[in-house]
Amino acid sequence: MNIYDLTIHELKEKIAAGELTPAEIKKAYADRINEVEDRVKSYVTVTDELAEQDLAEYENKKEALLAGIPIAVKDNMSTDGIKTSCGSKMLENYNPPYNATVVEKLNAAGAVIMGKTNMDEFAMGSSTENSAFFDTHNPWNLNHAPGGSSGGSAAAVAAGECAAALGSDTGGSIRQPASYCGVVGLKPTYGMVSRYGLVAFASSLDQIGPITKDVEDSAILMNVIAGHDPKDSTSIAGQKEDYTKYLKEDVSGMKIGIPEEYFNLEFDEEVKASVLAAVEKLKEAGAEVETVHMTDASYALAAYYVIAPAEASSNLARYDGVRYGLRSEQAADVSEMFTNTRHEGFGDEVKRRIMIGTYALSSGYYDAYYLKAQKVRTLIKDDFDRIFNDFDLIITPTAPSTAIELGSKSDPLEMYHTDIFTVPINIAGVPAMSVPCGFDSSEMPIGLQLIGPHFGEGKIIQAAYTLEKLLNINEKRAEL
Amino acid sequence: MTTKYETVIGLEVHVQLNTESKIFCGCSTEFGKEPNENTCPVCLGLPGTLPVLNKKVVDYAIMAGLALNCDIAEYSKFDRKNYFYPDLPKAYQISQFDLPVAENGEIEIETEAGIFNIGVTRVHLEEDAGKLIHEGSIDKSKGSLVDYNRTGVPLIEIVSEPDMRTPAQAKAYLTELKMIMEYLDISDCNMEEGSLRCDANVSLRPVGQEEFGIKAELKNMNSFSAVEKGLEYEVKRQQGLLDEGKKVVQETRTWDESLNKTISMRGKEEAHDYRYFPEPDLVPLEIDAAWKEEMRKEIPELPREKYKRFIFELGLPEYDAGVLTGDKDLSVFFEEVLSDYDDPKNLSNWMMGEFLRLLNENSHSPFESGVSPINLAKMLKMIDQDIISGKIAKEVFEKMYNSGKDPETIVEEEGLKQISDQDELDNIVDAIIEDNPEAVEDVENGKERAIGFLVGQVMKETRGKANPGLVNQMLRDKLMN
Repeated sequence: MNIYDLTIHELKEKIAAGELTPAEIKKAYADRINEVEDRVKSYVTVTDELAEQDLAEYENKKEALLAGIPIAVKDNMSTDGIKTSCGSKMLENYNPPYNATVVEKLNAAGAVIMGKTNMDEFAMGSSTENSAFFDTHNPWNLNHAPGGSSGGSAAAVAAGECAAALGSDTGGSIRQPASYCGVVGLKPTYGMVSRYGLVAFASSLDQIGPITKDVEDSAILMNVIAGHDPKDSTSIAGQKEDYTKYLKEDVSGMKIGIPEEYFNLEFDEEVKASVLAAVEKLKEAGAEVETVHMTDASYALAAYYVIAPAEASSNLARYDGVRYGLRSEQAADVSEMFTNTRHEGFGDEVKRRIMIGTYALSSGYYDAYYLKAQKVRTLIKDDFDRIFNDFDLIITPTAPSTAIELGSKSDPLEMYHTDIFTVPINIAGVPAMSVPCGFDSSEMPIGLQLIGPHFGEGKIIQAAYTLEKLLNINEKRAEL
Repeated sequence: MTTKYETVIGLEVHVQLNTESKIFCGCSTEFGKEPNENTCPVCLGLPGTLPVLNKKVVDYAIMAGLALNCDIAEYSKFDRKNYFYPDLPKAYQISQFDLPVAENGEIEIETEAGIFNIGVTRVHLEEDAGKLIHEGSIDKSKGSLVDYNRTGVPLIEIVSEPDMRTPAQAKAYLTELKMIMEYLDISDCNMEEGSLRCDANVSLRPVGQEEFGIKAELKNMNSFSAVEKGLEYEVKRQQGLLDEGKKVVQETRTWDESLNKTISMRGKEEAHDYRYFPEPDLVPLEIDAAWKEEMRKEIPELPREKYKRFIFELGLPEYDAGVLTGDKDLSVFFEEVLSDYDDPKNLSNWMMGEFLRLLNENSHSPFESGVSPINLAKMLKMIDQDIISGKIAKEVFEKMYNSGKDPETIVEEEGLKQISDQDELDNIVDAIIEDNPEAVEDVENGKERAIGFLVGQVMKETRGKANPGLVNQMLRDKLMN
């Protein structure tokens, strides 16, 4: 196996055994970036200088969890002095003067930061085609999208351009690209990972999580990034767990619900068959699998496309050209400067959502849209809580299909529909992970979604780890 | 027949809280720093930053709510008020919309027309915005500069019921609010520096009509007199329109101090839609009974209670009580003297007279002069014990004020002690009797007033140091028996 194919835990073992040095590892990944980046285009910025600095720190951080491990960070997480563009022209020249809490934690853990990954502009999109800069290509088939919005992070992991990456997930933006790229993506419980420094899209839904080559790496990365942060009032107080203790091949007695309403939706038959086959394996391994009934996922999608744009319309209002980022040169007065800056700086999808959100919050429409959506949100959350009274986990597909072809979906509504299985999870605030469960007839990876109750990351990791061992497909890498 | 109208006024008052740090970050709130010195990524609203609520700010808001006799919310939350302006870095202000910290209060005010209760609709928390700065005037400046030092300074907005019927009542209400905030020590309440700001809603309705008339919102009244003048102008303007059979337009108007009139800023159509919605970056605020009680203990006696106690328990005239409680420091000074001296009326006379005169002349606040409460108490006791005369005391007091010395030292150094020794006075009194035969004759003929003249002569001879009561008695003894 190539060095760039190794997982975090394999790299750690080799460093510990003296078989590899962090400098060799860093060089292997940097070489890999040089070799494939012009085809994959995962990175907005390759931070080679920063990686060298991190590497120089290695001796002081030897004992830390990610000492010498090459990690990529999505370009919506603030990095001190390093461009944080959010995939937008608006922030193409913006260098934050501070680090996001997760970046601080990566630094403290000794990670070597390889770069900032491409994404849909302000995390709005499901294919990374909404990046203002360029498309990212799926390492399994370069004509296909890597998914989105954390498409750059998922592609970078799948292509061996980093050992693991951080993504952010507002409606599926970690899990769906993980599914498309055949890697593991975890969206933690809302509040589990600090959002301080994550450029906000929809504050009540956004959550940072790991994108990794396997489940064990996901647990290791969670050990680094989870935990209370006094700088984020919505982060959960209390002792954090050691997620690696859930790395056990054991699902006996675990109760798993299969929501009929989700499986009855019209979606790719190969995906359905693959997910159900994986469920069967878990059953054989001792899990108790039962069909459950849940609220139609389309209500969650409807609520999501009111709440997320509403919050986004407010969160993105600060990009007005006054303080940082793009400022239009074409303006006679301040009001025109605002308008022209936003006209020139934002792409179509971002504008669309700002307009939807502004409308939904407008006086006279608030009750009919925003308030109604919040009520739906409560019902969906209750619906999940109800199931989790009796079940440990819920399993669905991560996405209705394998990776779509680049340029194949021009209708925004059709694109929104690719989030049907992932959006309800953010609405409910519960954790969920996408794990590879097979390949379709075109050799594109299929993802299975494991959903847990609030703080149920441990159960998810345990079931996913077991499944990974049962399926034994995770050594397979995209050929580039 | 002309219609008689009743004025209806409600006030929205913004009070800057004097916490050390800002409401959602650790930056200093100190006034007068270099532009943008008191800023950080959070109050600059940089992408990715999040607010963290300063507990002290909530403490102060609870105190304000309790002092205004409000119900304190057990469950309160923050909301975003969205609008674009260069001084607002996030393009929304974190404020409170439907669940403010405090609601349903009232305060008592007094004007020449009597005592009134004014309802307080709500007290809510919010963050202040920055300030635009222009070189020269706004018209001539090449551009606008922005200073975000003020961004995130905590504010409470106190909204009154439309309970005021005259500009004088509005001024009295604002004055009472200011005094309450000063007594709580939660704000500097300086209208000129902007730590106290007032907007007003004004409308007129025919006497007897219950429904409110169409209102104008009045802004930019930057002093107490501007509030009264602005409102008086606006009442007259609306009265004029109605008398001519015209309609008042619902609009926002600004008070122009130099023109002495209100000017239309924007109409109803241009009114903002702030698109309020719950702030997702903050958790709801829960205020339990223990917190509320802890804050209740922090509340001192408030100006209105003190005013009444000064009148009913200390027996001060209403005017004196009003002046002494109208300034927190003055009332504190007064009560500190009283802890060593037990004649409130006499003390009040001194404070209202000599003390205030000197404070005003020197533009000092009460604790800035050389007179400490304990020294004032000592001096008053010296008068009562006939150690110095009242007349000499004025001289001593002024010396205390300027030097900070205690009265004993001054009396000692200057030899100002009262002469109460009969033997010492005997020769002087005899000399005066001898030198003033006409006055003596008058006294002997029963003209009492002439005694006063003779006392005065003795006082003159002793440069005010003779004990006038004793001299009086001595003269009577010598001349009238």
